[in-house]
Amino acid sequence: MGKTLFEKVWDSHVVIDDGNKNTGDTNAPSLIYVDRHLVHEVTSPQAFASLKQSGRQVRHPELTIATTDHNVSTENRTLPIVDSVSKMQLETLTRNCKEFGITIYDINSPEQGIVHVIGPELGFTLPGTTIVCGDSHTSTHGAFGALAFGIGTSEVEHVLATQCIWMYKPKSFLIKIEGNPRKSHAITSKDIILKIIRKIGTDGGTGTVIEYRGDVISRLSMEQRMTICNMSIEGGARAGLIAPDETTFNYLKGRRYAPKETELEGLIEFWTANLKSDANAKFDRVETINVTDLAPQVTWGTNPSMVADITDSIPSPEEFAQGNENKRKLAVRALEYMNLEPGTPLTNLHVDRVFIGSCTNSRLEDLIEASLVVKGRKVSTKVRAMVVPGSQKVKSDAEKLGLDTVFKDSGFEWRESGCSMCLGMNPDILLPGERCASTSNRNFEGRQGAGGRTHLVSPIMAAACALEGHFVDVRDWL
Amino acid sequence: MIPLDMMNVDTDQIIPKQFLKLIQKSGYGDFLFYDRRFGHDGRPKKDFILNDPKFEKRQILLTRDNFGCGSSREHAVWALFDYGIRVVIASSFADIFYNNCFKRGLLPIYLSQSEIEYIFNLVHTDDVIAEISLDKQTISISGKKMNFNIDPTRKKMLLEGIDEIGFTLSLNDQILDYEKASRVVDYNKYLV
Repeated sequence: MGKTLFEKVWDSHVVIDDGNKNTGDTNAPSLIYVDRHLVHEVTSPQAFASLKQSGRQVRHPELTIATTDHNVSTENRTLPIVDSVSKMQLETLTRNCKEFGITIYDINSPEQGIVHVIGPELGFTLPGTTIVCGDSHTSTHGAFGALAFGIGTSEVEHVLATQCIWMYKPKSFLIKIEGNPRKSHAITSKDIILKIIRKIGTDGGTGTVIEYRGDVISRLSMEQRMTICNMSIEGGARAGLIAPDETTFNYLKGRRYAPKETELEGLIEFWTANLKSDANAKFDRVETINVTDLAPQVTWGTNPSMVADITDSIPSPEEFAQGNENKRKLAVRALEYMNLEPGTPLTNLHVDRVFIGSCTNSRLEDLIEASLVVKGRKVSTKVRAMVVPGSQKVKSDAEKLGLDTVFKDSGFEWRESGCSMCLGMNPDILLPGERCASTSNRNFEGRQGAGGRTHLVSPIMAAACALEGHFVDVRDWL
Repeated sequence: MIPLDMMNVDTDQIIPKQFLKLIQKSGYGDFLFYDRRFGHDGRPKKDFILNDPKFEKRQILLTRDNFGCGSSREHAVWALFDYGIRVVIASSFADIFYNNCFKRGLLPIYLSQSEIEYIFNLVHTDDVIAEISLDKQTISISGKKMNFNIDPTRKKMLLEGIDEIGFTLSLNDQILDYEKASRVVDYNKYLV
């Protein structure tokens, strides 16, 4: 029997396969080698502290890179950081990296940015590798055919010390995406992944690695593929995967840490031959989604499976629950938190804030697409809108194209790079009761600020919403 | 036992982001479910279960599907542990959270929907004492005994409090062998 892409990457990283050999117990963890490790300031201080306490070393400092993203201010970086606790956390990472010889792209670096934006940007993310980070959105890197997943702080310490991780082998889940969206320029990969989570639920992928496949996927750019893999975790999956192809290989060329010239050519040959699921590979689960009639997707509730078409109205708890009493209760609570009435058309919802950013949608292409919507138009006087580029490189590339001027002329704030209002660890937060159209990944209660109300959408939907002050069907605009 | 009758409790709720700025591993108990427990004015919310004096100092949290979904923050486990919770019983857990539990000595137990329903019914009507044996993998509540699953490695880890890193380092020869000989592509060399 053939193997899935996931199994191939897994098998080539098994250091010790306890599950099958030593114990005879099929449910034992294997020791998996980690090729690439990304670190940020929030989930690493305790790992470094514990490492020091036990007098251990970092096994391969060259295989880890670090950046500061969660806590950093997105305003003027020449000003001192006001929040002393944030400052301490940022300084702690810089100190730890210096002590252990780890490369850090800190707040002063022209390559600083959200960890899942700079990894690919620097060519640190490669097909066929294993990548971990103390961050659930590590699944982003799966867009390159890498097995990439989030880990906890204790595991961060384990990886630093051993370059390996104990892991129970996840199951494989194939999601086939069929059809091509009508008005394809108005339907983004964000809409596709929201639709998928709407179908499988927030725990539909639990215990699995999802492989996404289909004509639509093949046509997507790397940036759009990253948006899909990024949100795999919102469907509960350990990781998302897309088989690498020409698009992937072209993206890698010329990037700092990517192999060069003949070496890259050799690898491309190897990847092309090996990094895809065999035709007769068996998946533990298969789902098919047709996107031909896909409309722009908007979340209405407090988890990323509470999604509706822009042309829909807010569903009743009963419609959402489909007979599941616990789900019904969850929807009742969500509607109360979001201050929404069932039956209200989504296009009637007015917003106070618009956030374009996050590891889901803050890359150059996201900003270009959003800029095409806002160009020459003005942000509604009732809306405060901001663009937070994913990295300093995205920011400077965008500025070279004049996007900063487009956004600023239209009334958007143009910020420095970081996680910003995706989770509001820095001063960028919603006030209680504020409603926000956000290109981020989580609409949990309080995620963007205690009492804040988040609606997840694509960058072009967010942009159009900023102009009109309420949600609109962006298909009518493009 | 504290009945938190809700599915999809995410780690943002368990420990909100404003408490992730600390650099130590303990002291998170006061911040557990902070935005659920306290209003914008900092006063305890009467309608939240953790503020019910009846459930003070309980060590077991009973909840529903997909507990611990969302962010990978291990702070969620640290907050539950520091608060005094030692066992979380749910119908299912999110992967990263489940994994993180074992690193801090918190026992996550998953049971079937009907068993969870049964316990919720008991807890809603009575003050329930549960007897849990990790060794035997059983929970006894009001005379009813239920078995739970846990894989042997994790069980051993909890029972013996193994230093996982020390154990892995003792396998150094095998890691070296992989690094030097066994791997299909040596991706390390591009970063040296």
